[in-house]
Amino acid sequence: MTRLRPTTPTRLSVLALVSAFAVSACGGGGAKEEKVAKPSKTVIQNKGSDTMVNVAQVWAEEYRKAAPDVEVEVSGGGSGVGIAALLKGAIDVANASRDIKPSEAEQASKNTGKSPVGFNVGADALAVYVHKDNPMSEINLEQLTELYAEGGKVTRWSELGVTIPGVKDDTIVRVSRQSSSGTYEFFREHALGNRDFRLGSRDLNGSKEVVELVGTTPTAIGYSGMGYATAAVKMLRVAPKAGAPAVAPTIAAVHDKSYPLARSLHVYTLGEPHGAVKAYIDWILSPAGQKVVEDAGYVPVAVAGNATGALATGAPAPGAPPVPAASPPKP
Amino acid sequence: MDSTARPVRPRAAVLAEKALEAVIRLSGVSAIVFVAAIFFFVLREAAPVLVSKGFSLWQFLFSTDWYPTSATNVRYGTFALSVGTLSVTALAMLIAVPFGLGAAIYLSEFCSPRVRETLKVVIELLSAIPSVVWGFVGLTVMSKLIVSSTGAPVGVNVLNGGIILALMSVPVIVSIGEDALKAVPDSFREAGVALGATRWQLVYRVLLPAAKNGLLAAVLLGVGRAVGETMAVLMATGHAVHIPGSLLDSVRTLTANIAAELGEAPSGSDHYRVLFLTGTLLFLITLVVNLTADFVVRGIRRK
Repeated sequence: MTRLRPTTPTRLSVLALVSAFAVSACGGGGAKEEKVAKPSKTVIQNKGSDTMVNVAQVWAEEYRKAAPDVEVEVSGGGSGVGIAALLKGAIDVANASRDIKPSEAEQASKNTGKSPVGFNVGADALAVYVHKDNPMSEINLEQLTELYAEGGKVTRWSELGVTIPGVKDDTIVRVSRQSSSGTYEFFREHALGNRDFRLGSRDLNGSKEVVELVGTTPTAIGYSGMGYATAAVKMLRVAPKAGAPAVAPTIAAVHDKSYPLARSLHVYTLGEPHGAVKAYIDWILSPAGQKVVEDAGYVPVAVAGNATGALATGAPAPGAPPVPAASPPKP
Repeated sequence: MDSTARPVRPRAAVLAEKALEAVIRLSGVSAIVFVAAIFFFVLREAAPVLVSKGFSLWQFLFSTDWYPTSATNVRYGTFALSVGTLSVTALAMLIAVPFGLGAAIYLSEFCSPRVRETLKVVIELLSAIPSVVWGFVGLTVMSKLIVSSTGAPVGVNVLNGGIILALMSVPVIVSIGEDALKAVPDSFREAGVALGATRWQLVYRVLLPAAKNGLLAAVLLGVGRAVGETMAVLMATGHAVHIPGSLLDSVRTLTANIAAELGEAPSGSDHYRVLFLTGTLLFLITLVVNLTADFVVRGIRRK
């Protein structure tokens, strides 16, 4: 859905109405003039994954050069927030660092009569970060489960056989993400086998914040996109189970799927995109858009094993076939 | 016959006055209407979950398991969040009440008029700082100070949130407390001085008892500010769901939890309704605080 800023004039007319009510002399003509005066600049509303928000912002800036009459407004909040907004029809494009859930697809067709359509726009490895002074170099998923999942027993670094230099209290500071985050759900599904997180972790609101806190806390461990690495932290090599070879999060390891915590990055639209939104998504999948993905530290689609680029993954929508675009949307 | 004795007011003026009176009455009543309406709408969003299966009020109030988006076992227990709110508020009041009331007494009784004017401006400035800025101070400045001075692993915790909230509540307590002390008639002070009381005796024996109600109101408004504050505690307390064992543990408060999760909860879902129920809980907590205050004040008056 491309919007010719329809919301603003409506809101303005409501405002005018309210002010007309207050100042009884005021006429209602102001609102109409506003409608005409607004330039017809197409605005694409884009919201979602915090992992992807940096990439999405660069996309928006670069795309302004390619298509000056289109403005892309980007905000974060988490994959869940973006998808929730898409389901309400409040935005045009949702960024998600996880797959859309069947329940969400169902909700979308119930709300708007359209089912969400997803595009794979890149890939990311979820890195496990520790402080740079932490001597640990690899970890396996079983250890991560013991550390992060409900019922897990590990609370001190010494229990993992790790001594952190210069620290008296070696209680592990677990850094996690807020529950609307796609990173949170991906980690829960792929590192913890869908077990719940143990409560008491520091649940931060952004990918960058996790790396920052780990960078300032010698006893901390956290997970975040590999694009967020800084000099103050170390990415651990991850093994799928004890004894198996551990793999570092690299573009090559994501490419050959040997890294256990690799995931795809998606954008979702309601129904097949058309017009300005379609042009924007095509641009994202073009070499120019994919270069942005690579520059941000993620894995572009072509390298991620999808040579054709555009891979339209019709979202799973059991029993909810896409309603033809001709049918009128709910008022 | 009266018309000659008294000038008749124009009909329009009489009507205008009536209208104005009605508007003012409406403004007075509107407060009640708004409070009732807000409570109604919040409760209406929350109510369906109360009867939904898999939800128990007991668990909501007294369980520490907050797993609203679990893939396997969804649980809505807010006890840890309530304790989080309680611990941060209690610490904030422990710091803010002595400082706030002390500052109010100093402002109203001890300092020179020029110092008072300067201080009042500064205190008003303090209260004008947006809460997100306080949160930022907590996140960056305070957390580093706490880590370096206490050796805590993470600087965003109960202590941080408590100090930030104390700083935010002090201006409220000072300005209302000062008004309460100023409202004590000067004749009390004159009588005290005439009886040979020192300044301290005057404050302690005469003014504090006389201004008790107002001072209590000042403290309770400070409590209200602390309980309801969202942004600053969201940033400064570390956002960890568990019952704190020490001042250096991270917590999550009821308000911060609503702010962090309402955006993701699909409207109409159980999670969404439970968040509204949390809002109702907050509403009831402040209601109880205010009612208690009211009863205490009445009790004092009766004596």
